[in-house]
Amino acid sequence: MSEEIILELVDLKKHYPVLGGVLRREVNTVKALDGISLAIQKGECLGLVGESGCGKTTTGKAIVRLHPPSSGHIFFHPKGQENPVDIAALSPRQLKGKNLRHKLQMVFQDPTTSMNPRMLVKNIVAEPIQEQEKLSPKELEARVVELLTLVGLNRDHLFRYPHEFSGGQRQRIAVARAIATHPEVLVLDEPTSALDVSVQAQILNLLHRLRKKLNLTYLFVTHHLLVVKYISDRIAVMYLGKVVELADTETLFEQTLHPYTWALLSGIPSTEIDAPKARILLEGDVPSPLDPPAGCRFHTRCPFALDLCSEAEPPLLATGENHQVACHRSHETRSLFHSYTKEMPPAAR
Amino acid sequence: MNTVIVNAGHPRWREFKFMVYRIFRNPSAVIGFGLLFFFVGVALAAPYLAPPKYAHAPYQMPHQGFSPTPKAPSAQNLFGTTSGQYDIYYGVVWGTRTAFKIGLFVVGIAGFIGVSLGVISGYYGGWFDEILMRFVDIVWSVPLLVLAMTIVVAFGRGLENIMIALALVEWRWYVRVIRSEVLKLRDQDFVQAARLMGLSDIKIIRRHILPNAIYPVLIMASMDMGSMVITASFMSFVGLGAPKGYADWGQMVALARNYIVGPPDDPMRFWYTVVIPGTCIILFVLAWNLIGDALRDAFDPKLRRR
Amino acid sequence: MTRIIEAVDLTTHFYTYEGVVKALDKVCLRVDHGITFGLVGESGCGKSVTVRSMMRIIQEPGRIEGGKVFFTPKKGESVQAVDLLSKSEAWMQGLRGNRISMIFQEPNAALNPIMRVGDQVAESFLFHRKKSMSQKILTDLGRADTVVFPGTRRIQKALYALSAQTPKARILTLSRRIPLLRRWETRMKKEAFRRATEIIGRLGIADPDAVAKNYPHNLSGGMKQRIVIAIALACKPDLLIADEATSNLDVTVQAQILTLLKDLKKTEISSILMITHDLGVVAETCDRVGVMYAGTLCEEADVKELFTDPKHPYTIALLASVPQRHQEGELKTIDGTVPNLVHPPSGCRFHPRCPHVMPKCRDEVPAFIPVGENHKVACHLYDVFEHQGKSDV
Repeated sequence: MSEEIILELVDLKKHYPVLGGVLRREVNTVKALDGISLAIQKGECLGLVGESGCGKTTTGKAIVRLHPPSSGHIFFHPKGQENPVDIAALSPRQLKGKNLRHKLQMVFQDPTTSMNPRMLVKNIVAEPIQEQEKLSPKELEARVVELLTLVGLNRDHLFRYPHEFSGGQRQRIAVARAIATHPEVLVLDEPTSALDVSVQAQILNLLHRLRKKLNLTYLFVTHHLLVVKYISDRIAVMYLGKVVELADTETLFEQTLHPYTWALLSGIPSTEIDAPKARILLEGDVPSPLDPPAGCRFHTRCPFALDLCSEAEPPLLATGENHQVACHRSHETRSLFHSYTKEMPPAAR
Repeated sequence: MNTVIVNAGHPRWREFKFMVYRIFRNPSAVIGFGLLFFFVGVALAAPYLAPPKYAHAPYQMPHQGFSPTPKAPSAQNLFGTTSGQYDIYYGVVWGTRTAFKIGLFVVGIAGFIGVSLGVISGYYGGWFDEILMRFVDIVWSVPLLVLAMTIVVAFGRGLENIMIALALVEWRWYVRVIRSEVLKLRDQDFVQAARLMGLSDIKIIRRHILPNAIYPVLIMASMDMGSMVITASFMSFVGLGAPKGYADWGQMVALARNYIVGPPDDPMRFWYTVVIPGTCIILFVLAWNLIGDALRDAFDPKLRRR
Repeated sequence: MTRIIEAVDLTTHFYTYEGVVKALDKVCLRVDHGITFGLVGESGCGKSVTVRSMMRIIQEPGRIEGGKVFFTPKKGESVQAVDLLSKSEAWMQGLRGNRISMIFQEPNAALNPIMRVGDQVAESFLFHRKKSMSQKILTDLGRADTVVFPGTRRIQKALYALSAQTPKARILTLSRRIPLLRRWETRMKKEAFRRATEIIGRLGIADPDAVAKNYPHNLSGGMKQRIVIAIALACKPDLLIADEATSNLDVTVQAQILTLLKDLKKTEISSILMITHDLGVVAETCDRVGVMYAGTLCEEADVKELFTDPKHPYTIALLASVPQRHQEGELKTIDGTVPNLVHPPSGCRFHPRCPHVMPKCRDEVPAFIPVGENHKVACHLYDVFEHQGKSDV
């Protein structure tokens, strides 16, 4: 993996105003994204994990500029350009004018809604190409067929409507559309969560292959830690609009430091029937991003919370090479997990 | 649902066949389209079915004499004559054309204004949306009759003025319907994907929004084709619409106003003066309503699965 | 072990524009008393259709074409099994929510947004438990310390006595239509609400009185799913059917609900039939598993056996496609796609995608044969076992 950075998020925030009253004044804000800083390296796959409402999709959509961030910077280092561009400050028109629009693409969660039901597959895949360059109908068709072959479909599928395909095939078409314009960064927003397991495996393998072949950089947004472990080089765990832990995939799984990451990891129902289970059951639900708890946002559900946790917000600090965590007790969490598992009544294991 | 293609052929043709199947699965659609084709046939063949007496003004109903008492159907006047000795058969045949003229004009103009404003307002939102919707609210408060009377007083009596008045109030429906559809579509993933490609707003609206938002409008338009004719007939009946002698169903009913009930000993004596044009209106409206119903069932998103 | 519900040769078809979708083809499924049975499969494999057919809540254009569904209510008692497919709709209504309850994936769709959640749980009692509640109130009324509106004690007693005997008596139905007079039922409604609060409390909700008075939109997703479970458990069903009950929840909340179901299994419910696409959920909560593919049941085994020693090629491939915590190498995939059930493949429905396909597979539908203790599989690869078994006898 090269150490070259392709995208750098600096203190990115996205607040949605809540309007109220007759005059539609802002009465509150939903802090969907509350200051996150990440650096994505060229050619890597960064996994972004968290539960619903944690801001992972908002991050993805901010990177492809589907909605403008409230504040902060997104520095993009396009291929062959010396200086980074702050795409957070650009309008959609400027983005297109600087020829950057097509370099940041996205694959959506649900392939049934991400394609116009009244367009043929050929036109769906051809649309971004036509926007990019003028091609004769023949060349265009050849390009579309080439793309379809790349994602495991063929010429027979050109003249069909999306509803004639299965979910997995539809997601392949969506991937073909996303890579049609040779993007550099691909945001994958839960690309497999609407699919069955066997199809999920197909799509994951396809995405993995494409990344190597086309030299893409992925931001893989998902709630499923095992999926992200399979495909990602590094993982960032988010909770209520903040990154709580960031590490290499192996490190995150072997050296988990944040209690929330541990809860997520142990909460996944596993098919490994004989594996020992050290489950940590969190109480309650994710608090509302309208009114996030003071201090560490996780302290309301954390089994190891101290008084300090409800007062001061822990910064995201490096604890080792390629490992950052935002927890006041990060130095002792390993032993805390250990004793927690031991104390647990056997029935709950 | 699945990938195996059951019926071969070009996909657009398959899609069309499926749509036709869904529409005609409904028996009321068969009746509705049957009636509609009949009316279309009559309207197209009007010059042959009832050759106009005055070539320059075919919509003027011919009349022999000025007697106010209607005459019963006879060999000469197939459906009899109405008050003023206007030939009912001629009026009914050419009145079909008038009905289509009213419906197509009003729905066409109102639909065009409504859809274009509604799409812009729904897609862009913001202050334009706010101002337009408040303006629509104002239009909603305008009573049709008052507007029609104002226009008639200002520009004189005539079918054209009534059609303009109708179009001026009817578009408010279309704005609301299409706007709500666009609002639903605007945040759909496929529209966002189109934005990611860098498509211009006009292209997004033309390719992605309109084709998916237009169906409720089509349903409403078909219903409106009928109801506009009824309203225009009503205007003619109260004396705001077509001038005397114009081949218009509503105007013909208006002519027969004094003969709805015959003399005391034979109340049904002049039935043909009211029943024949009245039936035409009813069947015309019924045809469009049945079609509208069938379209609504066929385009019901809940049934859009196979 | 005795069965609580058993489907025999259940066949359901859907009549669509494209043709007849053969959604279920002779599915045989048996759930025993006291176990959690997991039914897994990918979308469109017919797992939901199976259960909906068993409960007779298949929607248009679906139709149950054949088969039998036996239901044996109580463990121990020698109650005769009844065929649910031959019973009247009214009889089924008395059964659903009472002896068999269902919970669905989407708690928002299951809850009425304009009713307090406590009232919604109470409805279940008001529908199925009028008799026992009337009896309880009758004894209450008999006691002197019960506060009653002056002069109405006798009327209330008479009404509740009637309600305790024949809750569907015409005069009671009539009285509910008359304002003021219908107020006699208030006591019953209060009792139902009290019972509702009690059952909500038993689901590990900290403050049941407050929660019961809330409207659904005030509650979080996990809490709503608990309320749905409370409604399902209200009448102490013999069988709880959970159709993708945790699929829409976040991981940490899903873990809470699964733990809750496991705990309830020990105390409240005798048997659970769990439908899910998540193999992990099955592995953690179920005792026995059935794997479905394209409208057929292809394997059934105890959970440990299935996950350690799967027999059917489809099960093997399915398990290999789940990302593991200690994943090595690429994920295995199944070639091809799920077949269109308008024209299902001949013979074994899995044969076009099967790596071990034999000529026989194209022509003959494999029988559901035992390949070990409590392990059955529908695959020609194991036909030898059947013959061996016979020769042993």
